[in-house]
Amino acid sequence: MPIRTVLAVFTATTVLVITGLWVGNNVNLLPPGASSNASTYDELFKVLFSIGTVLFLGIVVLLIYSMIRFRRRSGDMSDGLAIEGNLPLEIVWTAIPAVVVLFVGLYSYDIYERMGGMATLNDHMAMDHGAMQQVSVKEGDTAGRVWGGIGVSGMEAAPGGPVLPVEVTAMQFAFIFHYPGSDITTGELHVPTGQQIELHMEARDVIHAFWVPQFRLKQDIIPGQPTVLSFTATRAGTYPIICAELCGPYHGGMRSNVVVQEPEAYDNWLQQNTPNSTNT
Amino acid sequence: MTSTTPLQDSTAIEARQEQAEEAHGDFRLFGLATFLVADGMTFAGFFAAYLTFKAVNPLPEGGIYELELLLPTINTVVLIISSFTFHRAGKECRAGQLGASRLWLGITGALGAIFLAGQMVEYFNLPFGLTDNLFASTFYALTGFHGLHVTLGVICITIVALQTRPGGRISATDHFGLEAAELYWHFVDGIWVVLYGILYLL
Amino acid sequence: MTLASPSDFEDNLQPQGWLRYFSFSLDHKVIGLQYLICGFIFYLVGGALAGIIRTELWSPMSDFVSRETYNETLTLHGTIMIFLWIVPVVNGAFGNYLIPFYVGARDMAFPRLNAVAFWLIPPAGILLISSYFIAGAAAQSGWTAYPPLSLTTPAAGQVVWILSVLLLGGSSIFGGINFIATILKLRRPGLKLMMLPLYCWAMLGTSVLVVLSTPVLAGTLILLSFDIIAHTGFFNPTMGGNVVVYQHLFWFYSHPAVYIMVLPAFGLVSEILPIHARKPLFGYTTMVYSIMAIVFLGLIVWAHHMFTSGTPPWMRLFFTIATSFIAVPTGIKFFNWLATLWGGKIALNSAMLFSCAFIVNFVFGGITGVALAQVPFDIHVHDTYFVVGHFHYIVYGGTVFVIFGSLYHWYPKFTGRLLNEDLGRLHFLLTFVGFNLCFAPQHWLGLNGMPRRVAEYDPAFTTLNQLSSVGALLMAISTLPLLINVVVTAINGKKAGDNPWNALTPEWLTSSPPPVENWHGEAPLVTEPYGYGQHLEAKA
Ligand code: HEA
Ligand code: HEA
Ligand code: CUA
Ligand SMILES: [Cu+2]
Repeated sequence: MPIRTVLAVFTATTVLVITGLWVGNNVNLLPPGASSNASTYDELFKVLFSIGTVLFLGIVVLLIYSMIRFRRRSGDMSDGLAIEGNLPLEIVWTAIPAVVVLFVGLYSYDIYERMGGMATLNDHMAMDHGAMQQVSVKEGDTAGRVWGGIGVSGMEAAPGGPVLPVEVTAMQFAFIFHYPGSDITTGELHVPTGQQIELHMEARDVIHAFWVPQFRLKQDIIPGQPTVLSFTATRAGTYPIICAELCGPYHGGMRSNVVVQEPEAYDNWLQQNTPNSTNT
Repeated sequence: MTSTTPLQDSTAIEARQEQAEEAHGDFRLFGLATFLVADGMTFAGFFAAYLTFKAVNPLPEGGIYELELLLPTINTVVLIISSFTFHRAGKECRAGQLGASRLWLGITGALGAIFLAGQMVEYFNLPFGLTDNLFASTFYALTGFHGLHVTLGVICITIVALQTRPGGRISATDHFGLEAAELYWHFVDGIWVVLYGILYLL
Repeated sequence: MTLASPSDFEDNLQPQGWLRYFSFSLDHKVIGLQYLICGFIFYLVGGALAGIIRTELWSPMSDFVSRETYNETLTLHGTIMIFLWIVPVVNGAFGNYLIPFYVGARDMAFPRLNAVAFWLIPPAGILLISSYFIAGAAAQSGWTAYPPLSLTTPAAGQVVWILSVLLLGGSSIFGGINFIATILKLRRPGLKLMMLPLYCWAMLGTSVLVVLSTPVLAGTLILLSFDIIAHTGFFNPTMGGNVVVYQHLFWFYSHPAVYIMVLPAFGLVSEILPIHARKPLFGYTTMVYSIMAIVFLGLIVWAHHMFTSGTPPWMRLFFTIATSFIAVPTGIKFFNWLATLWGGKIALNSAMLFSCAFIVNFVFGGITGVALAQVPFDIHVHDTYFVVGHFHYIVYGGTVFVIFGSLYHWYPKFTGRLLNEDLGRLHFLLTFVGFNLCFAPQHWLGLNGMPRRVAEYDPAFTTLNQLSSVGALLMAISTLPLLINVVVTAINGKKAGDNPWNALTPEWLTSSPPPVENWHGEAPLVTEPYGYGQHLEAKA
């Protein structure tokens, strides 16, 4: 290969990679993050965005360059060169995507692990596959059949104290939140910052999904199969809860809010709304 | 290869197809085999659903999920024997013994009918109906879909047997219909064996 | 062997006039064009429904159609576009027209089955569309028809939807069997598999997917219809059923279905590029293997549509890795196409413009696809407009662009006349701009919190939605130059001659339009369909 070609390829690649890195780091397409795994997610997003930009721009530039450089001049009826293959080249362009994909796969596995996605949610399943079959589906006896969702154990230890469980019931077309500790039932989720929340979700009728874009989290709520979702909110504010699974005519209107408060404000809210405390 | 025949004329199409077969071998059986692969995938989907239901969806208490084994086992034997009798019918046909072939076809058809009758008896004696529970629904869907295949097979066998009569379409040299029916029948038998294993033995 | 003289065919045997396109013809060329025309009509219908969607989404309120109608509209839009436009056209139309030429045959292996496969489509389509006009009766649960929603929406529409999809699936299976038999069994003597034009390989791979996966969808929909009609409980959680099993079975078909929609398009592009770049197809052998790799991988990645459906972690991990690896064989194909263009003599006509734009669009959609394959990434954007953006970049920017390019490329074969280039470029420009304007903003919408399948949305997203709707309008306008072009050209277009592109693939080695039984005499033996470069030199 002539040295000039090598140099040109090298320069072009460098420029591309720098552009890709710049785009990945400076173009922000996501809403502000408000949970502990939002930053993890954004890290992955930056990497994917950079790689994607490099690949896309590289291919488009190459294509447009060929379309211009090798366009047929009028009157030229001859053929191009009869090149049908080039083994080293083909190995290179098989290897590059393979390496990229492998890297992306491993990296996103790591991210997922950090988000708590690989945690075993179903103890029965972990201990003994056979146990599954013995658990019955009767109402109220579903604890053994928790399916999927983003789990708990992978998460960095929650500084804000013990895990706060909240029961979520989804139905056409609303979410209902129940705080088992203080017996509050509400249509709007209130959580303190810094404490790990564990949502136990059940659907009454059809499949719904719990999604908070600022938390970068989504989990289907499936009738007959309780699911768990945990997260730690980090930034006070009010964020939308959106149902993301088509669930009927008013699917688009099935929204609520999650109010993230500093622990003191949250405690206040808790106090005011707990049925016993308001009575006495 | 003269091909000066208008396309709409179906005898011309047939003539041309025969020409093509001479040059390429009989691809109609190949086509049928491909179709059976597709059909097999339908069953595979049902089996997968059944096995998953069984693994993850515990059955409600109080139902009856035991199947009688005697009748289906007899049925299995009947169906397996019928595969051999059909094979024999094919052999006789190729040897030019159309009469013997017809006899064996008749036996095969009768075995198929016995199987269907057995299936009916089983259905009527089961303690659960189609919509009782997940297990019952899947049981009926699987055996019913297979029973539909057997019914179709028996009809095909009857037609083929009629065609082996003197002057019929089937002869020692030209017997596509018979071979197609045979391939189909072996397929239906094979599916039953898998179904029997999964549904009754597992 | 008597050879019929060409005049014999033209005078006596060409079936008469345009009426044959409305008859139960057994000629693969007639059937191919029947698929094409029928599919295009359904494209206009599906596009009109998209128009309703984009009009409703012009404003954040649900104010244009009722919420039920909106859900019916998007369900029918998805179903029609996939099952009545893309699949029949990219497989049925071009497959039927080209494959017999490519294998050197006079027709498909089973002409009658072929006609039956086509004639299942119009009734199925009409059935589906007619349910739309009976108020509240069309299916409302999306093209995925997830239970239990599909069990609780009005039953009539859902049953009609199932019936129609079953008919279309049957049509697709019959077609697939026919293609496999034709390619493997009907090749002209002396023609080896590795001499076939690449489109044959694409159709072989596609047909394998059709035969293996479509029956599973059929079985699943039969179970679903039992749940609706006979009140069984397969997918009904109140009766102990399992809704996630439906999703597995559905996607076991519907993921391969996306390759059923795109592999033939890959094949068509592989035919168009070498001819207009005057170069051999680069890396033929690796192209063949990568098709097979895509077929294999395509069968084992379905659960990437179910990352939030409560699947166990190991399953998500496996499906992430398997899905990502599809980028490798697909990438090989893209790099081979770029290498085919490199150093060629590229004619930038409409066929090439659409094909090159296909590369741009598909790489974009493919890259967002690989991002979606990463579980943690997908957790945020699943069921949002990001996904809508992803797949329109692929199905529209990929397959539909290729269909248009192929139309410009093969129109002279169909009719003996060349489509007008100026109108063609106008069509291209409008489509390309409209398409990107319509679907690029959707990625941002999805990332920022707009779920899909909603008639009302957060007012903060109004501007981008309006941009998207303007893009859709441009796309609608872009069909005008195409329609005008086709109609005007058919009447007084430039005569093309038999082989306007100086192509070497077999379909160009007979007259245009071809005689009834394809060849004047014996079919030629084409051992090097991409032998550009060497052959002309030899001639000179
Ligand atoms: C023709 C149709 C088609 C095609 C070909 C594809 C191709 C791909 N799709 Fe797409 N997809 C759809 C149609 C299609 N898709 C549809 C309709 C849906 C939505 C269904 C619904 O829910 O309604 C969907 C949804 C969908 C999802 C689910 C999203 C969700 O609902 O949350 C995912 C996730 O993994 C995915 C991934 C992919 C991948 C990885 C590819 C890959 O095959 C892409 C491979 C191609 C490339 C990568 C580009 C070329 C390669 C290179 C240039 C090499 C270098 C590249 C890298 C190293 C990255 N698709
Ligand atoms: C497979 C191919 C395909 C194609 C080609 C298209 C083409 C288009 N689609 Fe898509 N679409 C899907 C497949 C496809 N779609 C699927 C599978 C879904 C998911 C459905 C679901 O969620 O279940 C979807 C969903 C979908 C949505 C999301 C709906 C929602 O989630 O709420 C949107 C929104 O913008 C959209 C828009 C469009 C637009 C603007 C076009 C345009 O490109 C269309 C351009 C064409 C025209 C505009 C035609 C022009 C002609 C006329 C206007 C004349 C009409 C006249 C008469 C009928 C006489 N589509
Ligand atoms: Cu609940 Cu959508
Ligand atoms: Cu997929």
